[in-house]
Amino acid sequence: MAEPRDETSGTVSEPLDLVRLLLDEVVCVKLRGDRELKGRLHAYDSHCNLVLGDVEETIYVVDEEDEEDVKTISKKSEMLFVRGDSVVLISPQTVSF
Amino acid sequence: MLFFSFFKTLIDHEVTVELKNDIQIRGVLKSVDQYLNIKLDNIQVLEEIKYPHMSAVKNVFIRGSVVRYVHLPANAVDVPLLEDATRREAANQAGKGK
Repeated sequence: MAEPRDETSGTVSEPLDLVRLLLDEVVCVKLRGDRELKGRLHAYDSHCNLVLGDVEETIYVVDEEDEEDVKTISKKSEMLFVRGDSVVLISPQTVSF
Repeated sequence: MLFFSFFKTLIDHEVTVELKNDIQIRGVLKSVDQYLNIKLDNIQVLEEIKYPHMSAVKNVFIRGSVVRYVHLPANAVDVPLLEDATRREAANQAGKGK
């Protein structure tokens, strides 16, 4: 009884269909190792390998002596390939803070 | 196969590969395979003071699974073409799943 699906339409029936709608949009990507990326999504595949443009990477580093103290390191890149096995989640960019 | 084909278009360009152990290696992309294993020529390790053990090495094979990022030259990437290829791949994958 499954209806034939029109692949060009904006329907969301699989998790990755949500990612397809984010192509060419600014996304927030959470990675393993307390890292986050914010950039424009140019490509992805089923492994969650990604290519992002104009990316800002934020790394959260906890101070060894004072664990309350979390530092952030910020890095920028024009064009970045991200291997999918580091990716935790991909979300549309929320209001910047 | 999308990223395999994508990396093939970047052969002979200079890229910086960041590994999961934080070492960054800059070099000329010489070849890539379906696992996204990478061969780099003329390499240079960034932060050489911190990682001196590779300073004599001139070319490397990197196992795809240890890669975290590959920093790419933006001018070598055709963004509209890449996004179209991604949509085509997504449609293909959806077709296979049925």
